[in-house]
Amino acid sequence: MTDMTPQRLSSWTIRRRMAAEFWFYFRQNRGAVAGLIVFALLVATAVFAPLLAPHDPIMQYRDALLVPPAWTAEGSADYLLGTDAVGRDILSRLIFGARYSLFIGIVVVSIALFGGILIGLLAGFFGSWVDAVLMRIMDVILAFPSLLLALVLVAVLGPGLTNAMIAIAIVYQPHFARLTRAAVMAEKNREYVVAAQVAGAGRARLMFRTILPNCLAPLIVQATLSFSAAVLDSAALGFLGMGAQPPAPEWGTMLAEAREFILRAWWVVTLPGLAILVSVLAINLMGDGLRDALDPKLKRS
Amino acid sequence: MLRFLLAKLLYLIPTFIGITVVAFGFVRVLPGDPVLLMAGERGISPERHAELSAQLGYDRPFLVQYLDFLGGLFQGDLGTSLVTKRPVFDEFMALFPATVELAVCAILIATLIGVPVGVIAAIRRGSLFDQISMTGALVGFSMPIFWWGLLLIIFFSGTLGWTPVSGRISLLYYFDDVTGFMLIDSLLSGQEGAFASAVSHLILPSVVLATIPLAVIARQTRSAMLEVMGEDYVRTARAKGLTRGRVVSVHALRNAMIPVITTIGLQVGVLMAGAILTETIFSWPGIGKWMIDSISRRDYPVVQSGLLMIAAIVMVVNLIVDLTYGLINPRIRHK
Repeated sequence: MTDMTPQRLSSWTIRRRMAAEFWFYFRQNRGAVAGLIVFALLVATAVFAPLLAPHDPIMQYRDALLVPPAWTAEGSADYLLGTDAVGRDILSRLIFGARYSLFIGIVVVSIALFGGILIGLLAGFFGSWVDAVLMRIMDVILAFPSLLLALVLVAVLGPGLTNAMIAIAIVYQPHFARLTRAAVMAEKNREYVVAAQVAGAGRARLMFRTILPNCLAPLIVQATLSFSAAVLDSAALGFLGMGAQPPAPEWGTMLAEAREFILRAWWVVTLPGLAILVSVLAINLMGDGLRDALDPKLKRS
Repeated sequence: MLRFLLAKLLYLIPTFIGITVVAFGFVRVLPGDPVLLMAGERGISPERHAELSAQLGYDRPFLVQYLDFLGGLFQGDLGTSLVTKRPVFDEFMALFPATVELAVCAILIATLIGVPVGVIAAIRRGSLFDQISMTGALVGFSMPIFWWGLLLIIFFSGTLGWTPVSGRISLLYYFDDVTGFMLIDSLLSGQEGAFASAVSHLILPSVVLATIPLAVIARQTRSAMLEVMGEDYVRTARAKGLTRGRVVSVHALRNAMIPVITTIGLQVGVLMAGAILTETIFSWPGIGKWMIDSISRRDYPVVQSGLLMIAAIVMVVNLIVDLTYGLINPRIRHK
């Protein structure tokens, strides 16, 4: 097919040019670049957590309970951000907590993306009753407030990190299914698809190789949004005692344990929440930048 | 319009049936025996297990149980709480006003601040106000509200000592529930200070609950306004010599409000999820806290019917939003 174009470009060149164009638009959004830098730091923190953390995150120093951060009068240089009620180093717990948040985000988005794309492709491509049935099921999931549905799912499956991730992924998956379906419906009668069909492409090839790559932009944006939402919701589940279980240094779980000390030890409450906020904000900033860079309709609007 | 309404209602029937199946199925189809779960870690003798199963009807076929559940539903019977032994519907109705009061205050705060902020940010695009307010909106949108609530408690209740930490009103005041809405009931009671106490209890939870909707509404209003301001009819209005204020308020704002109203309506689901966290933090005796408590007590009839009621409410509100959308935007109605 490429023979018809006046100037042949290798797929490598095309990809490089697309990436360059993407980076050009992404870079213009200062917030997005800041978000990307923070996110990169977060990833580095998670990867190198054992090297960075000054202490074992679940080690309890019984002679150092509720020590305030180092810069306060009673603080100690051994525990830069202080210790919690059973003497665990908060800085180390926050550093290891980054692993949980990123892991949760990646797993949830992967499951939701995979399931959603599959359902959306089937619904959009086959139409008629397949579409009707699948989309009504998605409507049912969407009718429940997501956190509530995830909570009940976890309550039935049993509290824990794995079940929390599965529950959140199930709840997010309809958004991907709807987006994929809408994109497939818009693309499937376009000329290039018909051309591929006439050339003898089978259904699976049409769905996955021909149509899907052209539906990716909105999915990538939604994936970023879902990533930050997954970090928030899993922290909320942890806070409600339904997510990662103590002594895991998950940020939401840390907050739940800190709740009773809110009026006595501000640092055990303030810092884990700040970590959640900064991570979610960074990802959302990146999401805004991605949307501007990937969606030609919104470009420079 | 009637046909539009009927079409929408018909469309909802399969979804509603699906909701009943999900609410029903949670307790029975997913792994875990409800009777064993209720018994907790102490375990239960086989005889007692059989007796309880028969009493609760869990020994009958799923389909029979489901039809029973549906039948009860149509008669307004949502089952009985395993813990309090009271009808779930009565419990729901007793707690619902507290959540509505909180949610209405939150959505009012979010709309009354969010819409003007969005409009001003759009008109003064690129200004310092635009940058600060939109940064603020993104922070609000990213906020873990359970933490935000704790921070507000530390500052306003702890450091300043201005507001109480939990509940709907001070224990000093006793009066009958007339409407179930504390703000109204405290006024009706005529007791000095009761209304002020109710307001001071309500203010922090509603601010916390309003945070995310406020951010979403401000962002949506700004982008809707920007889009409308670029339309030909706005340029025409300006060219006709109308003042900037008139163009903004009459021509642009009205059209920009169409997507914004939808956004506000869609926040109801967000509010219900937020109410779970907000009510837990502030010990607010509403539906969200009730659900959390019932989940942790494994009170399955309550969880099942509560889930159903909440989903039904969200669905009805979304329907109303759809209809409003049809009313203010004839293009949709006639499609």
